[in-house]
Amino acid sequence: MKPKNQRLLLVALASVALIGAAMLAMWGLRSQAAYFYTPADIAAGKASTDRAMRLGGMVERGSIRQLPDGVTVTFVVEDGGAKTPVLYRGIVPDLFKEGSGVVAEGRLRADGTFVADTILAKHDERYMPPQLGDQAAEHKSGETVRE
Amino acid sequence: MIAEAGLEALWLAAALALAQLLFAVVAVRSQPEWSDAVRAVAVLQGLLTLFAFLMLIAVFARTDLSVALVAENSHSAKPLIYKLAGAWGNHEGSMLLWVTVLAMSGATLAAFSRRVVERTLIAALGAQGALALGFHAFLLFASNPFARLSPAPAEGRGLNPLLQDPGLAFHPPTLYVGYVGLSVAFSLAVGALLAGDVDQRLARAMRPWALGAWIFLTLGITAGSYWAYYELGWGGWWFWDPVENASLMPWLAATALLHSVGVLAARGALKAWTMMLAMIAFAMSMVGTFLVRSGILTSVHAFAVDPQRGTFILILLTLYTGLAFALFAWRTASLKEGAPFELVSRESGLVINNLLLCVILGIVFFGTLYPLFAEAATGEKLSVGPPYFDSVAGPIALLLAALVGIGPLLSWRRQSAPFARKLAVPSLAAATVLVTTIILAPDMRLLPRFGLAVATALAIASLLPLTGRNFLRVPLATWGMAVAHFGVAVSLAGMASDSAFTRERLVAAKPGDTLQVGPWSIQLHGLAPTAGPNWTAIEAELRASRGRGVEVLKPQTRYFTDPPTETNEAAILTRLNGQLYTVIGKPTGDGSWQVRLWWKPFVTFIWLGGALIALGGVLALAGRAFKGWRPFRRQERYA
Repeated sequence: MKPKNQRLLLVALASVALIGAAMLAMWGLRSQAAYFYTPADIAAGKASTDRAMRLGGMVERGSIRQLPDGVTVTFVVEDGGAKTPVLYRGIVPDLFKEGSGVVAEGRLRADGTFVADTILAKHDERYMPPQLGDQAAEHKSGETVRE
Repeated sequence: MIAEAGLEALWLAAALALAQLLFAVVAVRSQPEWSDAVRAVAVLQGLLTLFAFLMLIAVFARTDLSVALVAENSHSAKPLIYKLAGAWGNHEGSMLLWVTVLAMSGATLAAFSRRVVERTLIAALGAQGALALGFHAFLLFASNPFARLSPAPAEGRGLNPLLQDPGLAFHPPTLYVGYVGLSVAFSLAVGALLAGDVDQRLARAMRPWALGAWIFLTLGITAGSYWAYYELGWGGWWFWDPVENASLMPWLAATALLHSVGVLAARGALKAWTMMLAMIAFAMSMVGTFLVRSGILTSVHAFAVDPQRGTFILILLTLYTGLAFALFAWRTASLKEGAPFELVSRESGLVINNLLLCVILGIVFFGTLYPLFAEAATGEKLSVGPPYFDSVAGPIALLLAALVGIGPLLSWRRQSAPFARKLAVPSLAAATVLVTTIILAPDMRLLPRFGLAVATALAIASLLPLTGRNFLRVPLATWGMAVAHFGVAVSLAGMASDSAFTRERLVAAKPGDTLQVGPWSIQLHGLAPTAGPNWTAIEAELRASRGRGVEVLKPQTRYFTDPPTETNEAAILTRLNGQLYTVIGKPTGDGSWQVRLWWKPFVTFIWLGGALIALGGVLALAGRAFKGWRPFRRQERYA
């Protein structure tokens, strides 16, 4: 092969690979990205039940219950109005407490219960998931308006 | 005093970085006699930065609470090793470590590199000075590690207990040496493009840096994965967390780079491509630094979100990569044609390796940054997790692993003899594994099933370049290649086995209860309180047996007071054929405790493979270095 053709072929291959990667990534992202919803979004019917998603909000006070098997908990995530019941089987993280922020990863069941595979609580006192931070800010502003 | 000395040293080093850049411009443009000044300044800049870093360690060792960083991150009751490690277990300290490695890399290049054309080297040192200048400015204006606190508090706030672990002492420095070591490959590429000297000598000078940085990245990622595995108590070894991806992306680029720089060094082909990869690799290091340090993506590693710092690093990143790529676009057409090669040849194999690595890199890059783009474009909040990365990058990684077995069997330039015969044994082995798993475990998912098959084929194929030769006369570099490729097979086998055969139990158990997981039967013997230097804990005693002999495991839930936090300390029993992983959870109120058990067959192969890959790199590096130690021959070759 002539060097010039070789360089052309290389560039062509690289472009094909790049475009291929981009298309694969877009396809994967469209089908696999987990959107972040709040209980209000779910109440408004924005979330579909057939895909992985994240649910964020505050753990409602007095809502944590342990089921008789000892390793499943149910609780309610609220965001200042709307509420979503959550079912989680596993060991809850250390910072998972009533009245504190939580992000649950999992799927929404047709009956409106969110089945979580993973629970993320605040990692340490300085860590706050950016999404939750925004959300808390939105709430504050909402309250001011109402007053 | 110590803190002030450190800060002065940093300012001085920043000034020297500027001098390094300016002197290099003068030397390259018109007056080559300035070259020695550039070298001297680069060495001095490195030493001053190192001095500043040692000063930071000193204030942490003394727990000098009048330094804000110490007060926020340390505590007088902490064991000394964690006091020292605490120096880089926070934003400012870790950035100082980053800059120290950057400056020391430049100093090493200035002091020891004799292989490159002088003009290229000086231009590269200028580029290194420009990089150092930006990151020194970042330290001094946005992340001063030596800021004083007045009045000094009586006690520090402590270090996040998750980070109080021997792994922490070595993990970030290892990773940083890898990240920032790539800066030299970047600078050499910039220097060579400026000086117009992209040749085999440049590749030979760049290779040890690419290889060395890659070894450290490999070790850092492997250690980080094991650290997350035993410290988080979740039983997983890779979470596709943005911070993990931040270290994986430079690794993928560096892997591609070290293969293509090998082609350039051996054959003089792939010139422009190699320069491009050298730039991409360090760009990925900067992207990684940006992701981690800005805390912009939701991550278990994230420090507090700080827009100012994020913006600063983003500007540096854009500036440096933009300039480098502009230079590339400007100069690449002037490069001489590389040596030609046929379609079926070792060179082609390495091109395919590079393309697949870049495709995987692209997929990880898009997936990691997509949440940012999506939020900026549509305001929608989303996260991209394992389902995306596994299903999109997984199959391509498997394809790549399969080709890793074939590439080294091809000859340089053109493949004349048929080589398909050599692939008979590996292919047959892979087919056997496929059929066996289909019969014995029909429910296994596709990815682990093909993972096992490819791992088997690769394990055999990777050793083929060694067969039929006198082992002692096989070059060390060839040994390195074989060991590293074999390591890929071992690691892949571990991943597939963990994903296919792991057994898990999660139950609430009372003392005296016996639980089954995999081949093990495990009795919860009892629970007792215990204490360490800065924590108290509830410790469970588990008695595990599978047939003969009883092993005792003691998982804990630890309560730290400074800052108040709980952590789960998993207890892990390692056997040749796997690990038993146990975690104790919370009491359920009726005398039971949550117990989580995993039996993970051959999971250790994942990290064993990682260590083998790094060992392969070390062998290859040593092989080249030994060659370099024959001064007479080298002079002949370069004369």
